[in-house]
Amino acid sequence: MNEENLNQDMSSEKKYWKSAEQLKENSPVVDALEQNEFVEHIPTDEFLGDKENLESSKTSRRDFLKYVGFSTAAASLAACEGPVIKSIPYVVQPERLVPGVADYYATTIADGFDFASVLVKTREGRPIKIESNKDATSMTAGKPRVHASVLSLYDIKRLQNPMVDGQSSSWTSFNKEVRAKLESTTKKIVLLTQTFASPSTEQLIQEFSDKYNNVEHVVYDSVSATAALDAFEKTYGLRALPNYDLTNAKSIVGIGADFLGDWLGGGFDAAYSKSRVPKEGKMSKHYQFEANMTLSGANSDERFATKPSDQKQVLVEIYNQIVGRVASTNLSEAHQEAVKKAVKSLKKGGKHAVLLCGIEDVDAQLMSLAINEALNSELTNIENPRMIRQGDANKVSQLVKDMNSGAVGALIMSGVNPVYTLPNSDEFVSGLEKVETVVDFALTMDETAKLSTYVGALPHYLESWGDVRLTYQDYSLVQPTIKPIFNTRHFQECLLDWTDNSLSYYDYIKAGFTKRHDGMPWNHTLHDGFYQVDSVFQPSIDASFNANAAAKNLTKSTSSGLELTLYTKSGLGDGQQANNPWLQEFPDPITRTSWDNYLTISRSDAEELGLENKNVANGALNGSYANVTVGNTALQNVPVYIQPGQAKGSVGLALGYGKTESIQEEMQVGVNAYPLYKDFNAVQEVKIEKASGMHEFACIQLHNTMMGRKDIIKETTLEIFNTKDKDYWNKTPQVSLDHIETPVDSPDVDLWNEFDRSIGHHFNLSIDLNACTGCGACVIACHSENNVPVVGKSEIRKSRDMHWLRIDRYYSSKETLIGDYEKKENIKGLGSALSEFGELEKPSEENVEVVFQPVMCQHCNHAPCETVCPVAASAHGRQGQNHMTYNRCVGTRYCANNCPYKVRRFNWFRYNKNDEFDYHMNNDLGRMVLNPDVTVRSRGVMEKCSMCIQMTQLSILEAKREGRPIKDGEFQTACSNACDNGAMVFGDINDKESLVAQKKEDERTYYLLEYLGTKPNVFYHTKIRNTNEA
Amino acid sequence: MKKVLFRPSKLKIFLLLFSLLFLTNVYAQDEPDLDDTEEIEEVSGADPQKGKELFNSLCAACHKPYKKAVGPALHGITERRDLDWIYAWTKNSKELIDSGDSEAIEIYEEYNRQAMPAFPQLSNEDIDDIIAYVEQPKPEPKTAKKDDSSEVAATGDGVSTEVILGILAFVFLMLLVILVLVNKTLRRFAEANNVEIYKKKEKSKPIWVAFAENQFLVLVSVVIVLLMVAYGGYGYLMQVGIDQGYEPIQPIHYSHKIHAGENEIECKYCHSSARKSKHSGIPSLNVCMNCHKQIAEVSEETATEEYSKEFYDNEIQKLYDATGWDPETQSYTGETKPVKWVRIHNLPDFAYFNHAQHVTVGQIECQTCHGPVEEMEILYQYSSLTMGWCINCHRETDVKMEDNPYYEKIHEELSKKYGVDKLTAAEMGGLECGKCHY
Repeated sequence: MNEENLNQDMSSEKKYWKSAEQLKENSPVVDALEQNEFVEHIPTDEFLGDKENLESSKTSRRDFLKYVGFSTAAASLAACEGPVIKSIPYVVQPERLVPGVADYYATTIADGFDFASVLVKTREGRPIKIESNKDATSMTAGKPRVHASVLSLYDIKRLQNPMVDGQSSSWTSFNKEVRAKLESTTKKIVLLTQTFASPSTEQLIQEFSDKYNNVEHVVYDSVSATAALDAFEKTYGLRALPNYDLTNAKSIVGIGADFLGDWLGGGFDAAYSKSRVPKEGKMSKHYQFEANMTLSGANSDERFATKPSDQKQVLVEIYNQIVGRVASTNLSEAHQEAVKKAVKSLKKGGKHAVLLCGIEDVDAQLMSLAINEALNSELTNIENPRMIRQGDANKVSQLVKDMNSGAVGALIMSGVNPVYTLPNSDEFVSGLEKVETVVDFALTMDETAKLSTYVGALPHYLESWGDVRLTYQDYSLVQPTIKPIFNTRHFQECLLDWTDNSLSYYDYIKAGFTKRHDGMPWNHTLHDGFYQVDSVFQPSIDASFNANAAAKNLTKSTSSGLELTLYTKSGLGDGQQANNPWLQEFPDPITRTSWDNYLTISRSDAEELGLENKNVANGALNGSYANVTVGNTALQNVPVYIQPGQAKGSVGLALGYGKTESIQEEMQVGVNAYPLYKDFNAVQEVKIEKASGMHEFACIQLHNTMMGRKDIIKETTLEIFNTKDKDYWNKTPQVSLDHIETPVDSPDVDLWNEFDRSIGHHFNLSIDLNACTGCGACVIACHSENNVPVVGKSEIRKSRDMHWLRIDRYYSSKETLIGDYEKKENIKGLGSALSEFGELEKPSEENVEVVFQPVMCQHCNHAPCETVCPVAASAHGRQGQNHMTYNRCVGTRYCANNCPYKVRRFNWFRYNKNDEFDYHMNNDLGRMVLNPDVTVRSRGVMEKCSMCIQMTQLSILEAKREGRPIKDGEFQTACSNACDNGAMVFGDINDKESLVAQKKEDERTYYLLEYLGTKPNVFYHTKIRNTNEA
Repeated sequence: MKKVLFRPSKLKIFLLLFSLLFLTNVYAQDEPDLDDTEEIEEVSGADPQKGKELFNSLCAACHKPYKKAVGPALHGITERRDLDWIYAWTKNSKELIDSGDSEAIEIYEEYNRQAMPAFPQLSNEDIDDIIAYVEQPKPEPKTAKKDDSSEVAATGDGVSTEVILGILAFVFLMLLVILVLVNKTLRRFAEANNVEIYKKKEKSKPIWVAFAENQFLVLVSVVIVLLMVAYGGYGYLMQVGIDQGYEPIQPIHYSHKIHAGENEIECKYCHSSARKSKHSGIPSLNVCMNCHKQIAEVSEETATEEYSKEFYDNEIQKLYDATGWDPETQSYTGETKPVKWVRIHNLPDFAYFNHAQHVTVGQIECQTCHGPVEEMEILYQYSSLTMGWCINCHRETDVKMEDNPYYEKIHEELSKKYGVDKLTAAEMGGLECGKCHY
């Protein structure tokens, strides 16, 4: 502000100043500043005044103009010419590789957290998609993380060379130096690794131990399963995890176990879904006692919000009632009721019943094993336990102590990142300084690698050889699907080198395989990717645990404060793939929030603490910050998310966020919750206080309830489904025609003439709301198949997400949606409408019910979007697909406005090769994941689900080429292919024998917003909830 | 790189025609024929003609007369080995090696321990014939001679034309001078005789002024000009991005004319992925080497006026450089330099085209879209590759449904619906946007 003007213009004598200097009379500094536009003198004279220099310069003004003129002319000329495109064929083309035709390889992901048999689709030698290995006997893919792992292969932050002292090195010198160190050390050598579950690696580590004396192998799982492992070992004599097959389940009771999430490595959902679809009027009954709202709770028939300390009481009470009375419990009346119901159901289910307990406590795990033994549960598969977690938390704690005492000479790590994941990371770091030689094998220069002298660059699993023992009987092989992109080597290869073994790791695995499984064909097994051995686990049952003492231990722990349950999200998991933009943008199935972790809290607790969630004008969600303290560790500014269904007195926080090393700036989101994971116990007592400021969430669905709107979700109970007519619970909507109610599917009320679709293929997609667990595998599969761009947090916040397929999550406030519906129907008069609608809108505190509904383009036969497009960019095909022609689209967005399902997505920006969106599409490495058969869309065009027309067209072409009719099951979309649960079925309804044609005739079939008369080609199956007593 | 349009200058064509005209005669006169001219009879009584036949049927797979191939060059063999050794070796080389003959072992080692197959069926006379054939002196390269003679012919002809033209021009000039002189003389006569010379009449209105004053004409012509400009402009704009005739210079001068035309190699032998992939595929270099391991140089007949034998041989050498093939040792060095071909047919990203659909299922000839490839010395884009061009074909082409069980049901139903026996691609849904744009 100019001081002089102020003095003249203003009537008062008030003086404003920015600096004390201004108060002085005739200050030279102030004068100078006021007179000059720029604070410093611009050195024009130094440049132009130097005549000599100017004259000696070879560039005259004329030259300058010439250059400008020439470059302008050249640029405009160049613009007239089309670009010259080069094509470089192979010098020697690998046999059987045909450019343009995809090849599939069976392999296995085994990164220590996720284990699954997968099929990898490769094009021209580069993997572009992960699919489920449906033939595999155990752990077929399924999780979003597994599907997204292909993008982590093309992570630009990956280590490209082995590093010695922070400098790129060669493997020869790396191995030579490490070897010298190993041979010279007199102290013990410790191998700290992830769970490999690999027979050949075990053998190799044994050989390594034989060569170097005093070797210790410590297995470390970042998210520990120590309690379950210990309990199983104690009871059955093998360090493994119990395995459950829920296919024939009649009664499932879960206590704090998110078995549809990551509990015991996950992967129970496909079998679970089979038991949830009513067959002959029967389906499984699922009770869930849990604190955080999880996928398992969301899918249960009855969910009881139970804070962790109460979960222990519930377990003991169930033990009391099923096995025998051991201790008295202290439960609320509601919980006692619930336990009674659960016990009744378990008893009725008998050998088809199972109790799944996720309480991280050996006593609790022992009790749950005993309960299942008492039930004589056939669903617990003791003969074929899971081998995918081997970590021992106690050994890890001991190691940290040993390191600090200076007892460790060399520490060799592989596949772990303890500096980030250990709760006592500080101690580990100080211990590292006392270790003579630190070697770390890692994919990226992560927190631990940064502090290591020797860093071995690991290959991604898609570039690796390996073998994995998933369960006692089921093995799976890992084979490379691409030549290593960088100068990387396995930890195992280095072990071979250090033990003077001249075999390559591949030969080593093959030799071990041939030795262990005599007569099994290697090539054939490699092709299949998995094999099963006949010998089952023979448990030596030791039932001698002291139930009384265990129960006493469990019941005595009552807490007064808030209890925190740490969990892993189905998106990011333990945080290994934090630099994966697909996973970051993947909305959490429950909270529908991406790019964040947050403290979930119940509404009543939030109100007590003054924490709030608010939706701002454009619909985006804001939440308060809180400081979270566990013992003497505090996390500052954790965003708070008020979660319907969160047990009162409990809070939740996801692990795996807040990573900063070797993570692109955009992906450095959330807070690191590992420091709160004290003693590897997911349940902690916390103190929470409000902090200032509001956090901006990227939440894509307001968490209000359905308010009884039955036309979107149709839901009923098993009882009504079994006893009442279809018209009662799944009535075709009626519209008024000349004041006569007419069913909406009648031709009389149709605006359009029906087009004959009986010839050729007519594609339909069936979605069963009973089988859908909301896991989100389809969302990532769709992302990867269709080159869907990642838009980033701030764009998501503006509701500009590009997901072609979203999984809507709906809460209902009453016992069932029907209850809400009846309440809505009974509203009489304005007064009651106001109050009761308000009541419906507010999710009830604890007992909400959840429904997941995948929604993509419904491919309406009478599509509202097609009629409003001024350039006919959206048109209908005879096969039922609604075609979107990008090159025709001019971006008016009328179609999106007119779409009742809101499934059309607009490219507000160019999301590829754009520094503003610095995700995988902005670098050459990341773009290798793009599907060459699908156009990468540009700015200003509309896009949406195409029903994977590139896949159906390919199936048709293959059949034509081979001259055969198409079999049912050949037609797939990315989402239906990724759905292991059988919730999505795709096919040709003109083939009357096809599964989808049969599903369309099912009584449960309904269409989304059917009363609009859009005649969609996607249909849903009414959700049936098992509310029957037991 | 800029695109080079196929526009041979008129001058070139003219010269080409001229030289061709004279060349044909030259061939007839000077062409030295290996078979007929001065046969050196190394072995008395041997018939090199018969030897040639034997050589081509039995030996040519591995041997060349003047160049090393799988086996050594055979020319000069009589100087290196005595006849008895040759007889023994040819009839059964293995036996000779096993007998410990040092020469035999040496050559066996030199050629990667690959024994020559035994030819017990050959008599000594037959072998003599073959020797007679291979011992003929290497003929002088034809092309050099050819070039010389054509040059001579061309220059000789050039001189005479110039002379004739010069004379003609001189005659015309003389005539002109005579005419002017006559005119002058006549005028002088007229003046002398007072005959009135006809004078120009008064200047009338120039025609363009008259035109400018006629408003109707102006209007009509303006309209016509505008229409023409619009037509031309539209035509120009519509061809932007259409590269019909695009004929870029390729890193290796590969002649489809020689391969697909003269040698009648099937298109899909090299472009094999067209059968089952969306891409026709640029053949990988190992496909080239299937033949070019043996063919290190082109035959004399292949060379044309425009491209000499040296030129073609040099192009084959480029292939060897790229694959790392050493013709001397007949082995790969392992050093490869992938060839960066310039892509000619470029569809935009948003259009999906599948070769297998058209080539295998539709059984459409490659030439339908790619033109007379077998006549193209340098490949160019024959079709416009516009959407209109695609659609036209889809409207007109009948789908090949016979004997394809996939089509059985749909053919029956659709032909009943449309009342036709044959169905076009369009009737099958081949005009739907989403079939090509996704």
